[in-house]
Amino acid sequence: MSFFLSLSKFIDALNERIGLAISWALLAAVLICAGNALVRYLFNHSSNAWLEIQWYLFGAIFLLASSYTLRRNEHVRIDVIVGRFSKRTQVWIDVCGFLLFLLPATALILYYAVPYAAESVRSQEMSSNAGGLIVWPAKVLIPIGFLLLTLQGISELIKRIGFLRGLVDASAFEKQQVTPKEEIEAIAAANRLSGPTPLTTIAKEA
Amino acid sequence: MTAFLIANIAPVMFVTLVLFLLSGFPVAFSLAANGLLFGLIGIEVGLLKPELLQALPNRLFGIMANDTLLAIPFFTFMGLILERSGMAEDLLDTIGQLFGPLRGGIAYAVIFVGALLAATTGVVAASVISMGLISLPVMLRYGYDRKVAAGVIAASGTLAQIVPPSLVLIVMADQLGRSVGDMYQAAFLPGLALTAMYASYILIVSLLKPSALPALPPEARNLREADGSSGLASLGALLAAGWIAAWLFKSVYLASAKPDLAGDEALVYSGVIGVLVAYGAALANKRLKLNLLSKMAEKVVLVLVPPLALIFLVLGTIFVGIATPTEGGGMGAMGAMMLALANRRLSTDLLKQAMNSTTRLSCFVLFILIGSSVFSLVFRGINGDLWVEHLLSSLPGGQAGFLIVVNLLFFGLAFFLDFFELAFILVPLVGPVAEKMGIDLIWFGVLLSVNMQTSFMHPPFGFALFYLRSVAPKQVKTSDIYWGSVPFVGIQVMMVALIIAFPSMISVASKTDMKEQIELNIDMGSDIGAEMSDIEFPAEGDSGGEVKPVFSSEPATN
Repeated sequence: MSFFLSLSKFIDALNERIGLAISWALLAAVLICAGNALVRYLFNHSSNAWLEIQWYLFGAIFLLASSYTLRRNEHVRIDVIVGRFSKRTQVWIDVCGFLLFLLPATALILYYAVPYAAESVRSQEMSSNAGGLIVWPAKVLIPIGFLLLTLQGISELIKRIGFLRGLVDASAFEKQQVTPKEEIEAIAAANRLSGPTPLTTIAKEA
Repeated sequence: MTAFLIANIAPVMFVTLVLFLLSGFPVAFSLAANGLLFGLIGIEVGLLKPELLQALPNRLFGIMANDTLLAIPFFTFMGLILERSGMAEDLLDTIGQLFGPLRGGIAYAVIFVGALLAATTGVVAASVISMGLISLPVMLRYGYDRKVAAGVIAASGTLAQIVPPSLVLIVMADQLGRSVGDMYQAAFLPGLALTAMYASYILIVSLLKPSALPALPPEARNLREADGSSGLASLGALLAAGWIAAWLFKSVYLASAKPDLAGDEALVYSGVIGVLVAYGAALANKRLKLNLLSKMAEKVVLVLVPPLALIFLVLGTIFVGIATPTEGGGMGAMGAMMLALANRRLSTDLLKQAMNSTTRLSCFVLFILIGSSVFSLVFRGINGDLWVEHLLSSLPGGQAGFLIVVNLLFFGLAFFLDFFELAFILVPLVGPVAEKMGIDLIWFGVLLSVNMQTSFMHPPFGFALFYLRSVAPKQVKTSDIYWGSVPFVGIQVMMVALIIAFPSMISVASKTDMKEQIELNIDMGSDIGAEMSDIEFPAEGDSGGEVKPVFSSEPATN
């Protein structure tokens, strides 16, 4: 079991890193998008390569960071009913979910996506738009993303089994929720930079 | 057994999906697993061709290459940056001072600021938290009724859902195969109408029960002149100056220099000039300490103009057709960063936090979409769409019956599901039926969006209520928040009824031509998009926003 637990730690760390790194791509996408719009409006010029790079970046974000989102337990659930069950029952349901839903689904998608991407690499597929980018790197992102997701699924499974055996604390897989308090502090911190305003002073006194 | 399965596979698949979703496992993977399970069953019993699932990777690629969806992270990012950069606080402060002397003034300020913030962000959490933090204590201190105070804050916060650039509308447009720009334009009037209805409710309460919504006492109005006057006259003068400048620019300069300019374009340019004049005057007054303007006039103009400019930049360019919603989102996010930078509130931490939250939100949204497209690929393969269509079109009462049932369904489900789930799972099922019944899909989408806005206000799971609870002082009981939201849910239901009763409220003047023109210009991913929407919506031949002739299986009206 200790081997599995360290494997899980490794996967978590890997996906956390990838997730944090890839979120910078969002900033790049924003800058490129705004730049494209300005250039198109001001100089009446647009380049398909620069337009395509936007959704390449976004594709990379949601495919590669999905495992990170899973690690943070932030994929939405409908917990109206399950929320009333005991912690252990919930973890059991999750174990079944990973075994029966997530892992088979990602495995099956990988099974179809690998040949799909391989074919694109083999033919060195190019965008059909004039001046577009090469397509295969975007297509390769699909199997990579689902591979990372499969790994994270395995890690989540290990952690939950560990929890059921009393080896892992629930905090290892529970959603690290941003509490409203942290939210408030963040807003307050941003405001401190520019000093208090009349109503906020009243609000504080009240 | 097999025969039964083959005959009833669509209902069986749907019921199984409901069970899968109720298991509490993440929606995205439950959807995908359900789709794949029935895909394999379908292939096994010979209902589906084995090639069907091979279409999956191409579907995923289609989602990647869908330019419209890029607007989701952009508008989320923009909202998060603005949320943390203190714009809401400034606005609430200033507008609160402006309206404070009126009975119910702070409540109006909350509604007004809620609408204004809604027009700059696509997310709900931001505004509710800020308003709960700043306005609620002030309202309580000066004797506002707790229920009304809590209700008005929660409700105004949810305006972000319906006022463009809301995420709901992007998802809706994508799922219904319509342009986001059209959806935004159509949602604008209902958004304003809702704002007006909230304000009327406050007015009615303040007339019936003046003690529930008192005016701010003089000592709380701290944005005043040294001699105690309000400074409103000066504000009026400043606004008049701006208006005169705009009028002069329009009738003197534009009329002679560019007589062939289109009417609305001239209006836009002269409007910009007017606002710039007022802003410039206020800025000069502040920087040069001229003391020509009252504090109120200076503050109101300085605080209001930047968000208005941002709204104009984003919504204006989308409405006029200069920019696609995605470009609007990109520029908006850029503008938000620049505003935060100008206010010296943009730190690396803030940026990282906003990027991370946006990344996670995009992931779960896109993965629900991926899951639901796996589901719908198979569900359509086994003719589940025909089953749903048969079910819904055999309802009594034709169009009206259909609309009532669908709205009740969404209203009921909104107690448990949030709008992403509703939009990705149910909308693609009911959309094609609506289209075949001759219902305009833009209109339909806005109607459902107004309806789904209640999912944020429904006790006890509504997000807005949850956020408000977490920032509200202890003296506000949870039951106050729940009961306070009830009248606003009622207003929402009235709005849904109004939209059904007066469909012309939502102007569905289609600008699709313009959108297509833009797409042709940039000629990007159009073939993939077309291919995808073909699979997604069998009836998606007419991109002109026109309604197809009613399908032959028109429901019997009994």
